[in-house]
Amino acid sequence: MTNLQGIAASSGIAIAKVYRLEAPDLSYSKKDIEQPEQEIKRLHDALDVSKSELEKIKEHTKNTLGDEHAEIFSAHLLVLSDPELIKPIEDKIKAENVNAEAGLDETANMFIDMFKNMDNEYMRERAADIHDVTKRVMAHLLNVTFPDPALINEEVVIVADDLTPSDTAQLNKQYVKGFTTDIGGRTSHSAIMARSLEIPAVVGTKDVTSKAPKDSMIIVDGINGDVIIEPTEDQVNEYKQKQEDFEQKKKEWAKLKDEPTVTSEGDHVELAANIGTPQDVDGVLNNGGEGVGLYRTEFLYMGKSQLPTEEEQFDSYSTVLKQMGDKPVVVRTLDIGGDKELDYLDLPDEMNPFLGYRAIRLCLERDDIFRVQLRALLRASVHGNLKIMFPMIATLEEFRQAKAILDEEKEKLINEGKEVSETIEVGMMVEIPATAVIARQFAKEVDFFSIGTNDLIQYTMAADRMNERVSYLYQPYNPAILNLINNVIEAAHAEGKWAGMCGEMAGDEIAIPILLSLGLDEFSMSATSILPARTQIRTLSKEDWISYKDELLSKGTSDEVVDFVKEKTQLR
Amino acid sequence: MVEKTFKITSSDGVHARPATVLVQNAGKYESEINLHYKEKAVNLKSIMGIMSLGIPAGAEVKITAEGSDEQEAVDHMASTMKNEGLGE
Repeated sequence: MTNLQGIAASSGIAIAKVYRLEAPDLSYSKKDIEQPEQEIKRLHDALDVSKSELEKIKEHTKNTLGDEHAEIFSAHLLVLSDPELIKPIEDKIKAENVNAEAGLDETANMFIDMFKNMDNEYMRERAADIHDVTKRVMAHLLNVTFPDPALINEEVVIVADDLTPSDTAQLNKQYVKGFTTDIGGRTSHSAIMARSLEIPAVVGTKDVTSKAPKDSMIIVDGINGDVIIEPTEDQVNEYKQKQEDFEQKKKEWAKLKDEPTVTSEGDHVELAANIGTPQDVDGVLNNGGEGVGLYRTEFLYMGKSQLPTEEEQFDSYSTVLKQMGDKPVVVRTLDIGGDKELDYLDLPDEMNPFLGYRAIRLCLERDDIFRVQLRALLRASVHGNLKIMFPMIATLEEFRQAKAILDEEKEKLINEGKEVSETIEVGMMVEIPATAVIARQFAKEVDFFSIGTNDLIQYTMAADRMNERVSYLYQPYNPAILNLINNVIEAAHAEGKWAGMCGEMAGDEIAIPILLSLGLDEFSMSATSILPARTQIRTLSKEDWISYKDELLSKGTSDEVVDFVKEKTQLR
Repeated sequence: MVEKTFKITSSDGVHARPATVLVQNAGKYESEINLHYKEKAVNLKSIMGIMSLGIPAGAEVKITAEGSDEQEAVDHMASTMKNEGLGE
């Protein structure tokens, strides 16, 4: 038995077998060989196994995500049968008497370079496809396991150093009961995804990968952040009980599903959910969400080898809008760059990706990508209550420019005879302190603000949220943050606009009374946090909390704020 | 040898999905089947070959087949082009 402590990233308890998700070591040595025929046979064996795996993944993807997502695997399969790829590998093995690994790697790289250097973006994306499929073949040649989370077909807990967004997108909730990682924090993308999938997760354990052997039993307690490897029978029973208790509590919360979110005096605030894909909408409605406060559109762009088309995007957006009916859906335009990369865009590595070329900065320069998304959104707008927001706005010029592009596309669509809603609100994320400081000027031009606390905190405190050594500076309750938030809300209200929050902070039980005190209009959080938040808000008096506002804002440290909130909430 | 020319009518040119179907269908024939665009010719049984041409909308292409089932092959390619909305 081994106990580890990490960060509780997604609540719930998972008890299952360990599935280790590791990037395989694909290094090989180039060797001279005697019998080329033997090497060619090894090559074909590896190709055959790879093909049958891809067939399975294709089937699986078809069943879970639909035909369209499965198509990419048809193309991958053809690459592995491509005579123009296989023949040169065979020729190389024969002519140079080298092993299959060297033949494969060198030939594939030649094609990858060729495609990468074409002046057509679509062709450059094909380089990523070839890279993907040849990695699988190489793994089989070297006899190392190539992990396919999509193919898991028994109940497991995933153990990994970290999970990439595309790994998490492949997880099947039916079998993946939870996960735990070495690195990451509550706001890393794997954690956010876990909450949106509603699977228990503990991240940042530092060394779970070195302590949890393949197939051993493991308990992941996403409520307290505990991980127990090879638990005793007593522990398994104890945690089964906890699992049941948690389900019971969830049932209690569920009673508030169709109740309004009101304070003890009956003042209404809006509780919305953050989502990443149309599949998440069920979770929002089941948890009583009053809207979608943040639809992250990045997932449409990730885990694939080319940009999503206007039609694909239109399908996703209109599906979400239709399902939500007249409830508001705030869509954030593409926020890529930073820690979210797209292989096929071939963005250069940066020294400080979080301070670099990302989100609206990229979209304004690559307006070819941006316009496709805006058209899809505008066309979908007639199917529901759409609001659009731009991420990472730093200056008023950027907002004006983005808005102008949106207006241009809208006019084009109308000229083409397409229907577009006339009541789309256009707002911005407040993540960069510069915009919070002059929120008053922005408030005159935007329809709403949505405060993205994860980034706002890291930029205000100058502390990388992925860096564990400075994680103590990630202080949501620091008075500096509270004063910035207050500034944004006051500016919005002065112009008759609304202010929401879509960071993790909006669902936090210490933060909720503070935000109520500052007058926040909309709280957007993980769907699973909505009912606990509604339960809490019903016990709070808005009047009392407004009277604490000046005192809260004048506190000196984060701890003083927390102590104050704890004292006041216990008094009630 | 049998040959037939086509005009690409699909607004995206020869993109991944229809190219995949073309290659899958070409693979069913014994004949050597080539796709000609400008001065280049590629094996129609090769997905990478086809994609490397980067054929845009409005382009003129020619398909040739040589072998025991050349006529059936070209006919099938023509119907595939049509069914996939690629061109006629």
